[in-house]
Amino acid sequence: MILESLGIVYALLGAACAVFLAGAGSALGVGIAGQAASGVVSEDPSKFAKVLIMQLLPGTQGIYGLLVGFITLSKIGIIGGGAVEITPSTGLLILAACLPIGIVGLISGRSQGKTAAAAIGIVAKKPDQFGKAMLFPAMVETYAILALLISILAVSGIQV
Amino acid sequence: MAVLQMQRISICALKKNRKAILEKLQSMGVMEVSQFLEEDEDFHRMDTANARSSFEKAASSVDRALDILQIYAPEKKSMLSSLAGKDLIDQQRYRQIIGDKDGLLRTANQIQSLDRERAEQKSEILKLENSIESLTPWLPLEVPMDYAGTKHTEMLLGTMPGECSLEQIYSVIAEKAPEAQGFEVHVIFAGQEGTYLTVFCLRGEARQIEEALRSKGFARPSQILQQIPAKAKAEMEAEIQKREQKITEIEQKLSGLGGSRENLRLLADYYRVRADKYEVLGTLPQSERAFFISGYVPVKYVGKLKNALENKYDCVVDVEELKEDEEAPVLLENNSFSQSAEGVLESYGLPAKGEVDPTTIMSAFYVFLFGLMLSDAAYGAIVSIACGAALKKFPRMGEGMKKSLKLFFWCGLSTLFWGIMFGGYFGDVVNVVSRTFLGREAEIPALWFIPLNDPMKLLIYSMLFGLIHLFTGLGIKGYMCIKDNRYLDFFCDVVLWFLLLIGLIIMFLPTDIFASVAGTKIVFPAFVNLLGKAFAIVGAVGILFMSGRENKNFGLRIALGAYDLYNITGWLSDVLSYSRLLALGLATGVIAQVVNQMGSMAGNSIFGVILFIVVFIVGHTLNLAINLLGAYVHTNRLQYVEFFGKFYEGGGRAFNPFKENTKYADIKEE
Repeated sequence: MILESLGIVYALLGAACAVFLAGAGSALGVGIAGQAASGVVSEDPSKFAKVLIMQLLPGTQGIYGLLVGFITLSKIGIIGGGAVEITPSTGLLILAACLPIGIVGLISGRSQGKTAAAAIGIVAKKPDQFGKAMLFPAMVETYAILALLISILAVSGIQV
Repeated sequence: MAVLQMQRISICALKKNRKAILEKLQSMGVMEVSQFLEEDEDFHRMDTANARSSFEKAASSVDRALDILQIYAPEKKSMLSSLAGKDLIDQQRYRQIIGDKDGLLRTANQIQSLDRERAEQKSEILKLENSIESLTPWLPLEVPMDYAGTKHTEMLLGTMPGECSLEQIYSVIAEKAPEAQGFEVHVIFAGQEGTYLTVFCLRGEARQIEEALRSKGFARPSQILQQIPAKAKAEMEAEIQKREQKITEIEQKLSGLGGSRENLRLLADYYRVRADKYEVLGTLPQSERAFFISGYVPVKYVGKLKNALENKYDCVVDVEELKEDEEAPVLLENNSFSQSAEGVLESYGLPAKGEVDPTTIMSAFYVFLFGLMLSDAAYGAIVSIACGAALKKFPRMGEGMKKSLKLFFWCGLSTLFWGIMFGGYFGDVVNVVSRTFLGREAEIPALWFIPLNDPMKLLIYSMLFGLIHLFTGLGIKGYMCIKDNRYLDFFCDVVLWFLLLIGLIIMFLPTDIFASVAGTKIVFPAFVNLLGKAFAIVGAVGILFMSGRENKNFGLRIALGAYDLYNITGWLSDVLSYSRLLALGLATGVIAQVVNQMGSMAGNSIFGVILFIVVFIVGHTLNLAINLLGAYVHTNRLQYVEFFGKFYEGGGRAFNPFKENTKYADIKEE
């Protein structure tokens, strides 16, 4: 009996995974980059704007997680009204669909944070190379975007 | 789209005109000095290092004075004033102000010495305050601290560690100096940091008692005043007040000098310009009577420069084309729209020798892709209006800033366009507001389609746009090959790839995989399918055999060809990379919807309206900021990695003309 009513729980677990894993990745990444940024600003406050942009780069994974979480929540009717009956298999499908952005978001957020910290080093020494420095963290983000894409396509493709 | 053609100009002139010609060159600012003549018996370089460093010192000293003025007579600056750029000043007024440069330099020195004096007074006050603090426990003492005592008695003054009671002290003396007879102990102050006490005793027993106390840590104070402490304190306080008065006077004087800020700025610029001039002067080969200067000038300014010099001075101006192996500095020239993207190109790298300037094509794609990523009509309008207003308000904005804002202005318009296409206005604010507060749902329909309802469609279009972008890049590579008469390269590296890729696309489109993604099945006539296969095979075989054509060894050549063929995966990942257009576009829209939904949670009431307004403003500001950043970063990435990766390397050196490199104001040309 209780197993059959677990569908919505799985689905919500999926949304939660997307948000908290990707969000944790971003938090780690932004934190790592922020430490490097603080070091630069303590030496040269005029670089604040540039290093702030660098620090924010690993922040997008959290947003992607939020995005998938939100799409999932509105799909299963927890927000926007009209809660739907969800079978356990659908619930698990939704959970699986949420995993790419959750896991890739966690790992890529952290890696992007490290890359951003290194790129902040470039900005500190050669501020005119800002454009190139920004590119290295953006390379890491590609994989978060690919994961986001699959998560979105999967969540919106599942029939409820 | 153009890299300006450069020519080498060499000027030989008489020394008597040296100053005038250098100043003319500097004020025209179209020539990058690059000497090629070596020193020899007749031509020597002048040592200008001293003069130059003295000008640089003067400039930085005036800058320091300006910094000090900013502290005591702060100039009111709005948040946007950093956009304002340099002032423009009349030649005549500039001369008039600089005419009094000695007076101005004195003012600058005065400002610095006043600041120094103020710092000295401050440190004196600090010293006095410390003295007062160490004196405080002694305040109840009613005799001077160095009181010598009477004929038979003596005063011992000092501190014991920790808090001691009178009894403890008496017992210490009784224990250690049992013979002492006449003494009296007064505790002046007792606290955790120590006990301050005086002991009156017979002269003969003073040493004994002191020894006894010392065994328990008694120490005489480090600072002994010849006055009664309370009186000393009053005197010191008066002194502090006097010095503070002085500081106020200095500060008033400094803020009174605030009016000379403008002139000081011009002075700093004047010294900076002169330092530059002397730097160039130091590189000039000079004989007894003549001097020689050479450098790069863009062709379109050559005539003007020649006229300006030859008509006025006794000199020879020689113009020559650049030599084959000479690497000219790069200056770009573009139309007003494409100019705005020059900064993006510069931060990747200017075109190297022989490369074309891709700014025009890139700027069009940049604006197009940026809009697609942000894709919200309201956000686009906000960005455009903000940038447009700033451009209008600060016409003398710095060149780099102006270009960036112009670029964002155009990107904003593109965002507006895509927002209308996709029906995004602050996400779905129209629906939410009408549903929550008006009770009847209204919506602005999308002109094309709503991406959230049909993400697959936008995914396919994103990749299509990406393919067009990439093919354009490959096309430019072909153009560069043809321009340099490298026809074999053109055929092998460009045409064969086009054949292979187009062939593969034609083969892919009718497959079931594509049909399931796109939702419609494409059926080509049989001959098109055959053509696709033929294209792909010809392309693949061609690449296999031709890619390693520089290698004589046949086996290695095939291996290199096979490796190059493997690049097909690179093309696949490049095209997939454009899926970020969809992802970022959706991110903007969905977060905007989240904001709207959160705002409308309290329903239709006065509180609900207030909550909605607050959440709306905060949420959309954040969303705009973060997605603006995202769109900027990822548009750059698509240009740098995917697009430039196909044809562009960069690495040119920027044109750096000898000009009036000022910091605060530009001087109007006559």
